[in-house]
Amino acid sequence: MKIFILFFAFLNTTVGVSQKPQTIKLHDLQKIINAKTEKIQIINFWATWCGPCVKELPLFEELNAAARNNIQVTLVSLDLDLDPDPEKVYKFIARKNIRSQVLLLDEADPNSWIDKVDKAWNGSLPATIFINQKTGERKFIGKELQEGELEKYIEEMQ
Amino acid sequence: MKPYVTLSMALFLIIMLGTSSYNVDYGVGDIVSDFTLKNVDGKMVALSDYDDGIGVIIIFDCNTCPYSKAYNDRIIALNKKYATVGFPVVTVNSNNAENSRGDSFDEMVALAKRKNYDFPYLVDDTQRVARLFGATNTPHAFVLKRNGKTFEVAYIGAIDNNSRNGSLADKKYVEEAVNALLAGQPVPTPKTKAVGCGIQWKNS
Repeated sequence: MKIFILFFAFLNTTVGVSQKPQTIKLHDLQKIINAKTEKIQIINFWATWCGPCVKELPLFEELNAAARNNIQVTLVSLDLDLDPDPEKVYKFIARKNIRSQVLLLDEADPNSWIDKVDKAWNGSLPATIFINQKTGERKFIGKELQEGELEKYIEEMQ
Repeated sequence: MKPYVTLSMALFLIIMLGTSSYNVDYGVGDIVSDFTLKNVDGKMVALSDYDDGIGVIIIFDCNTCPYSKAYNDRIIALNKKYATVGFPVVTVNSNNAENSRGDSFDEMVALAKRKNYDFPYLVDDTQRVARLFGATNTPHAFVLKRNGKTFEVAYIGAIDNNSRNGSLADKKYVEEAVNALLAGQPVPTPKTKAVGCGIQWKNS
């Protein structure tokens, strides 16, 4: 009996450690993009199936861990566009121990909303938007980021 | 002042001409340059080979992208539906096979064989054709309408608006475009965007 309790306690803690990302709609994403914040926002669009996205994730994780108070990292997964089951994303986040905020965008009919996120975006992944709400500056990068590029673009916005 | 203005304009034009020969990035209504690429059967296929039909559905596709896998049967069905009425499918793989081993020529041959492709699956190993078209995703469709010996871009974008399940798509963009062209009507939605894998470029 004791062993069972211990086992379930262990299960609970492991589940507790991995964050369950919230599923959001386009209007939630737009609220984040337009949020009146002092912070520089970095919003990355990715998916678990996207090789270049997975490769650049550690750059966002490092930035988030080094988190100066003036930076907000948000990782928006588009996995649901192809597969309605979020379980694969939950497992990926737990396995990779992702600490940055992850959101799952659940929207049908991509042609109706891609331009609303950014007109420069052709819909391919990865894609990253840098926003400085204080100055109104905004930058869109529609390809994989290399080491040092995140810092460079943030620097350019300050 | 004036000589400087003309000089800078001339420089600008030289730069524009220099880049345009490589990166045309077609828009709807543009005339497409001819191209020739190797097919999975080893034979060369040119766009100008299709000089007796109504048009061609060019699809930039690949072996490895999950969106390409999700759309594979829909691409095969498009050719079955439209090749006989003069609007065949031609698929092009532009992915850099050095980074994406699953997109090697041998793997392309294997996929075409496994899925009984009855349309070309061309290898764009220099990526010149993808750059010429301004293709970005896989699958990325370009519906071309033939006018005499030239081909004009009539539609650019997604195959339909439901990647998960084609039978649930309520907008079948490529079919709508081809049906309109077959009926001599304007294409209802000439350009769309879709979530997808980016083409894997060399040196990027």
